[in-house]
Amino acid sequence: MSEHVLNSIGLFVPEIILVASLCIIIVADLLLKKRTHAGGWILLASLVLCFFAFSAQSGINTSAFFAMIAVDPFSVFFKVILVISGIFIVLFSMQNKELIPYKNRIGEYYMLIAGMMLGMFLMVSSTNLLMMYLAFEMTSICSYVLVGFTKKSIRSAESSIKYIIYGSVSSGIMIYGMSLIYGMSGSLNIFEIGAALSGLESAPIFSMAVLMITAGIGFKIALVPFHFWAPDVYEGAPMAITALLAVTSKIAAVAMLIRLFRVSFTGVDATGMMAIIPEGIRWDMMLAVMAAAAMILGNLAALWQDNIKRMLAYSSIAHAGYIIMGVVVLTDQGISAVMLYAFMYLFMNLGTFYMAMLYANKFSTESIEGYKGIGYRAPFTAVALTIFLVSLTGLPPTAGFIAKLYIFGAAINAGWIWLVLVAGVMTIVSLFYYIRVARNMFLYKPEGETEPVRFDNFTTAIVLLLLTPVLVLGVYFTPVLEFIKHSLVMFGVQ
Amino acid sequence: MVGLEWYLGVSAILFVIGVLGVLISKNAIVVFMCVELMLSAVNITLVAFSSFMGDVHGMILVFFVLCVAAAEACVGLAIVIAIFRNNITADISKINLLRW
Repeated sequence: MSEHVLNSIGLFVPEIILVASLCIIIVADLLLKKRTHAGGWILLASLVLCFFAFSAQSGINTSAFFAMIAVDPFSVFFKVILVISGIFIVLFSMQNKELIPYKNRIGEYYMLIAGMMLGMFLMVSSTNLLMMYLAFEMTSICSYVLVGFTKKSIRSAESSIKYIIYGSVSSGIMIYGMSLIYGMSGSLNIFEIGAALSGLESAPIFSMAVLMITAGIGFKIALVPFHFWAPDVYEGAPMAITALLAVTSKIAAVAMLIRLFRVSFTGVDATGMMAIIPEGIRWDMMLAVMAAAAMILGNLAALWQDNIKRMLAYSSIAHAGYIIMGVVVLTDQGISAVMLYAFMYLFMNLGTFYMAMLYANKFSTESIEGYKGIGYRAPFTAVALTIFLVSLTGLPPTAGFIAKLYIFGAAINAGWIWLVLVAGVMTIVSLFYYIRVARNMFLYKPEGETEPVRFDNFTTAIVLLLLTPVLVLGVYFTPVLEFIKHSLVMFGVQ
Repeated sequence: MVGLEWYLGVSAILFVIGVLGVLISKNAIVVFMCVELMLSAVNITLVAFSSFMGDVHGMILVFFVLCVAAAEACVGLAIVIAIFRNNITADISKINLLRW
């Protein structure tokens, strides 16, 4: 027993680094002179350390802490994605102008981000309903506070209260679904749940429980019909936090959804094929309808948005739909497509949010109409933003094209033709609102001030760091595919 | 001997009351009370199942649900205070700056 605990602690090193940095940030905030981003640099260093600690974990496939969490290639892959996005979020936060009036308590801000990162690491690796619920809530509660961090802004406070009301209700619904699953299977361990469910007849109560759990996780992914919070919260939150919600917590929730559904609600039928358990629950159809609704609603609603954050909120709802297409399939091909999409989505969406943040800082506008003429005043960043938007649309030769290609391919192979048709049509629709931004930047002469705007080297470096993967991965993505192929192994699943 | 279905029935009724309360009520504090009601319903279900199955895991989960409920209420009330200072209201139907 003590040996097991010691082994588990050895596997838990990255998370321990993060917890330690959380404590150090609190102390540093008390000791050091205020008004500095010391907390941010500590968090950045610990995230880089975590990145190397995760690299050292490649190839390990085991479970730790009495089957509470699994350290397997699947979770390590997602943790690497989360760490990379966490590093970018910290860098964004240091430049976010909205946070300047709150400089004397910026240490708390980084502490909460550290807590949220820890919650998301646990979300992608937990194999027990208890741990899943706790990790989910840890992420949620930290993000409620972060959304309302700029509390003197009415918009931020309002978005925060909307977020916590939707969030607490949907997590309440999720835990009710989990309690029903516990009652029917007699266990909280997702492997034992899978084993217990495979012998059971289907009943309406199963469908209800699965729907309730999907409601909870779908809230985090901003999947239709659980998306109502997303546009309001994205618009009101500080820009760096909007990026955190749109990219990092969404990817973590997708990973948790995949693990739960793959282990607990999928089994093997008599012919050795993958089958849904207990028989008769069409959760794949349910997810497919939700994905189609998310793509249609997200893309159509984004068409008449003028606030860039709100437009990106609807666009991220649409992207949730594309990602869930891969979860609907849930074969190895589907899961690897989701992983590829998550990897590409990370860079292109963070890039777009970063540009929106830079323009909000420099031109104090979040309105797409206010972007007129920016292409002449800041050509480099405008071209970069255009590339990110083209990638979000899914046009070659950018990373977004490869991501969409693999997701569509997986769905077609599994026979979801209607879903791919919806996705294809909606991709064309999405072109209109993404290109509108580029049109405003380049096809209009600047009004008022016309002198060129300069960005410092730090900014340019971050832009290049985000831009290079989007362009390179659009052409040369074999290493990522190799990495994903090795990361498909989930603990306890053949 | 009271059967399992009675406990589940009570918890289902409590849960529905909680959800309806969230949908209907206009005061942010009442909304949080209704969320607590939903979580209490979850706790009744878990305790009922775990005592009828003789399995202790459900009861352990109850403790964590209680903790999370407390943390959520704490953060929620803090946010209500923040919005009260900005808007001088706790009526969520009047908090409508962000829409569409």
